[in-house]
Amino acid sequence: MAEEVNIINKVAMTAVDSESPWRSSLRQLRRNRAAMTALGVLLFMVVVTLLAPFYAHHFAHDNPFVPNLQGRIKIGNHFREVMQTNTTGLGVTPVGPTWNFSKYFLGADELGRDVFARVLYGGRVTLLIGFSSGLICITVATVLGMLAGYFGRATDWIISRLLDIIWAFPIYLLAISLSVILVTNGLDLGIIHIGAGSLLLPILIIASVYVPYVARPVRGIVFSLKERDFIHAAVASGASDWHILRKEILPNVMPSVIVFFPLMVALNILTESALSTLGIGVQPPEASWGTIINDGLQLLHTRPWVAIAPGICIVIVCVALNIFGDGVRDAFDPRAKLRGSI
Amino acid sequence: MSRLKSMKRMGVILSSLAVCSFGIIAVSSGAPAGASSSGYMSQHAGGTIHLVATAAGGTLDPQVNYTLQYWQLYQASYDGLVAFQKVGGDPSFDVVPDLAVALPKVTNSGKTYTFVLRKGIKFSNGKTVTVADVLASFQRLFKVSNPNAGSWYNDIVGGPACVTTPATCTLKGGVVVNAATNTVVFNLIAPDSEFLDQLAVPFGSIIPANTPPKDQGDTPIPGTGAYYFASYNPNSALVMKRNKYFKVWSAAAQPQGYPDEIEMTFGLPVESEVTAVENGQADWVFDPIPADRLGEISTKYASQVHVHTLTADWYAPMNVNIAPFNNLMARQAVNYALNKNSLVKLYGGSELATPTCTILPPAFPGYLKYCAYNSKTSSTYAGPDLKKAKALVKASGTLGDKVAVVAQNDPVDESVGAYIQSVLNQIGYKATLKPLSQNIEFSYIQNTQNKVQISVTQWFQDYPAASDFLKVLLNCSGFHKASDNSINISGLCDKKIDNEEATAETMELTNPTAANKLWGQIDKSIMTTDAPWVPLFNPKLVDFVSKRVGNYQFSLEFYMYVDQLWVK
Repeated sequence: MAEEVNIINKVAMTAVDSESPWRSSLRQLRRNRAAMTALGVLLFMVVVTLLAPFYAHHFAHDNPFVPNLQGRIKIGNHFREVMQTNTTGLGVTPVGPTWNFSKYFLGADELGRDVFARVLYGGRVTLLIGFSSGLICITVATVLGMLAGYFGRATDWIISRLLDIIWAFPIYLLAISLSVILVTNGLDLGIIHIGAGSLLLPILIIASVYVPYVARPVRGIVFSLKERDFIHAAVASGASDWHILRKEILPNVMPSVIVFFPLMVALNILTESALSTLGIGVQPPEASWGTIINDGLQLLHTRPWVAIAPGICIVIVCVALNIFGDGVRDAFDPRAKLRGSI
Repeated sequence: MSRLKSMKRMGVILSSLAVCSFGIIAVSSGAPAGASSSGYMSQHAGGTIHLVATAAGGTLDPQVNYTLQYWQLYQASYDGLVAFQKVGGDPSFDVVPDLAVALPKVTNSGKTYTFVLRKGIKFSNGKTVTVADVLASFQRLFKVSNPNAGSWYNDIVGGPACVTTPATCTLKGGVVVNAATNTVVFNLIAPDSEFLDQLAVPFGSIIPANTPPKDQGDTPIPGTGAYYFASYNPNSALVMKRNKYFKVWSAAAQPQGYPDEIEMTFGLPVESEVTAVENGQADWVFDPIPADRLGEISTKYASQVHVHTLTADWYAPMNVNIAPFNNLMARQAVNYALNKNSLVKLYGGSELATPTCTILPPAFPGYLKYCAYNSKTSSTYAGPDLKKAKALVKASGTLGDKVAVVAQNDPVDESVGAYIQSVLNQIGYKATLKPLSQNIEFSYIQNTQNKVQISVTQWFQDYPAASDFLKVLLNCSGFHKASDNSINISGLCDKKIDNEEATAETMELTNPTAANKLWGQIDKSIMTTDAPWVPLFNPKLVDFVSKRVGNYQFSLEFYMYVDQLWVK
C-alpha cells in the first residue's frame, strides 16, 4: 500500500515538474482571489464602456456628442428644459441627476449633453489610451532595454543617454510640454502626419514619457541574463544575436514585462486624465474621463456629479489594475521590486 | 453737434433698458445716474481693492491695448487732452476737457482743433507734461501700429504718410505745438464729427515723449492719472498705486480715487473667482460669470450684483481670405447653422442676452432691424436652418474641410467655442476647438500669420457711433497682414464698402439722420453680400462685487469705475 502511495506521489511530482513556468504562474494567479476580483471589476468596466453606443441609442435616445441646449425631457408628468432657466434670479443651470437610466441619469453638462452617456463613451477612450499607450510603452521599452543590455558598448551608451534625457524631465512637465505643442498643431514628420485632434497623439505622448521607466529595469535584467550559462552556451553553439535575443533573452524578460503592464496601464490612465483635465489631452468632440472632469470643474458648485462620476470610474479602474498588477507580480515575478522603479 | 443729440437720445434708451434689465436684481450702492463724483468723501479713502481675472489682458501699452479689461483700468491712470466725463448714466458719453484747459476751438470749417494744454500737470515719474509730449504721443500712435491708426487718426494731416511709413512719422502740419503759448493745434484732412471721441479714448492718452516707439508690453508707461501701474506680471498680477504727483484738476475728467492700491490677480478659474468674491477674498470678477453660478449670486448676493445693458456684440468672425471661409456660401452656411438662442443660454439666458443678426447693436445709432439668415422670413431671429446650411456647405465645395475654432479658455467663451465646433461638425466640417488664454487670444486671432479660420470674440463700443463697429471692424484700414493689431479680424477689405462708409461719415456732419440710415444699410449689405461674421448675441454686463465694496458707479462709456469703488 505504502509503495503504491509513493508511486502516485512520484507520478504527481513528475507532472508538477513538467508544468511550464507560465502555466504554474497562471495557476497561481487564478488562485489569488483579490487579483481575480480586480480582473472581474476591470472586465466589467470594459464591457460597460463598450456598451456606450447601445445605451445612448436604446436607453437614453441621445447623442452625447451634440449639444442639447434647447432640449426638453419629461420628468414625472412634467416637461422640463435640459438647460433650466433659473426661476429665481438669473442664469441657466443644466438639469441635475434624475437617477433614471432612460434620461439624464447623472444630469447634463454645460452644453446640455447626457453626462452618464458621456462617461460611458469617455471610458472607452480612456481605457483605449491607457491600454494602447501601455502596450506601446512596454514594447518600445522592452526592445530598447534588450538592445542596450545585450549589445552594451556604444549601443548601450546611445540608448541609455536617450533614456536619461527623457528621465531628466519631470514626467508631467514633459507630458504637458509635448501635449501643448502637439495637441495644438498636430504632428508632421514628412510622410507621417497626425492631426491635432487625433487620439494617437495622447497615446504616443503618454507612451513615450514612460519608456525609460520600463526600459531601464529591462536593460538591467538583460545585463544579468547575459552572464548566465545558457546564453554562453547559445553563443558557443553559434547562434546569431537575433536568435539569442528572440529565443533566449525575450522569454526570460517577459515575466517582468508582463508584471509591468497593468501597472503602466493604470499610470497611463491617470496621466491621460490629468492631461485631459488640463485641456491638453483628448480634444473635443472626443470625450475621456479626464475631459469630462474638466467639463465638470465649471459646474462643480451646482452639478458636482459631472466631475465626480468620471473621477470615481478612474479610481475604480486604477485600483483594480493595481491589485491585479500585484497579483501578476506575485505569480510571475515574486522577487521583483517594481513599485520602486515606477 | 447733431451726433451728440443722437448720442444723448441713445443714452436715454440705454439707461431705460438698463433699469428694465435689473428686473429681480436689486440695484445697490450705486450713485444715482448722472451724479458727479466730485463730492469726494475722504473718510472712504484707503485700503486695497482686489480684482480677479482668469488671465491678463495682454500688453499694458495704452496706445496698443484694445481690451475692455485694461481700458477700465486706464481710466484711472492715463489722460488725454479730453476725456469722457467720469460720471454715471447718460452724461458719461459727454466729452469734457482733461489735460486741455477747455474744449477745443474748432475753426476752418471743422478741420482745425486748437487746444490749450493745462500747466503744471506731472506724469507719475515726476516729469511735467508739455506740448512736446502731446506731439510725441500722437506720432507714437502710428509708430506702434495702433489698431485704429489707419481708421481714426489718419484723418490728421500727415496721418496717411504715417500709416504708410510709421518709423518716420512726424505728422508735420497735422499736429502743431507751440511751447510758448502751450497750445496744440490739430489740422484734419477733412472735418470729422468723431474726432473728439477718438481723442477721449485711451489711445489718445498723453505719455512721456521719451517713451520708446514700440509696444512696451509688460513695462508700465508713466501716465498722469490718479494711479500708476507699479508692477505688471501677466502670469500673476498687476498692481496700481496712487500717483503721488496727481492733484485733481477736473473731477469730471480725472477724479481722485478711493483705494490706495488696486490689484488685479490673474490665474484663478472663474468659478473660484466667484467664490472668492462671495467670501470677501476678492472684490470684483472681470470675466463673464458662468451661467450656472448666476442663480446663486443673484439670489444670495443680490445686493452685490449689478446688471447693465451694453451696446456690444459677441460674434464669430470668419476669415474671408483662407479656406473654407473664403467662400461666401460657407460663411452663409455657418450663419444659418448656429442657433443663437442656444448661445444665449450659454451666456446666462434671455435675461442677460438677446440673439442678434446685425452688426450694430439694437438702440445704437444706425441700427436697422433685419435678419438675413433665419429659419423664417422675419426681421426677428427665429432659429437656425440646418437644412439650408448643409446644402450651402455642399454647394460651396468645402464639405469635409478642416476648421479650427479659436476661443478664450474661460468657461463661457470656451462653451461658445465648443458649441460652434459641434455645429460645424454637424454641417459637414471636421472642426476642432483651440482654447487660448485671454492674455493672447485677442492678439492671436487678429494676426493673419496664425491662419485663424473662425473665432469667438466680443466688441464693446468705444463711443456711440455706427462707424465704431462698421468702420473699425470691417474696413480695409483696420486690416493689417501679419500684425497683432489687425482689428478687422475677418479680413474683409472691400473698397466699395469703404467708400460707402466714408460717405456715411461725411453725411454725419450735415444730415445725421440720413447718415444713420446709410449706416444701417451698410450693415445689412455687409451681412447679406459678404457675411464675414456670425453676429451671435448682444450681452448684458453682470458686475459682481464684494460685500465691502461701496460707491459702485457705472459709466455707459467705460463701465464700472474701478478707482471710484471704496473698500473702507
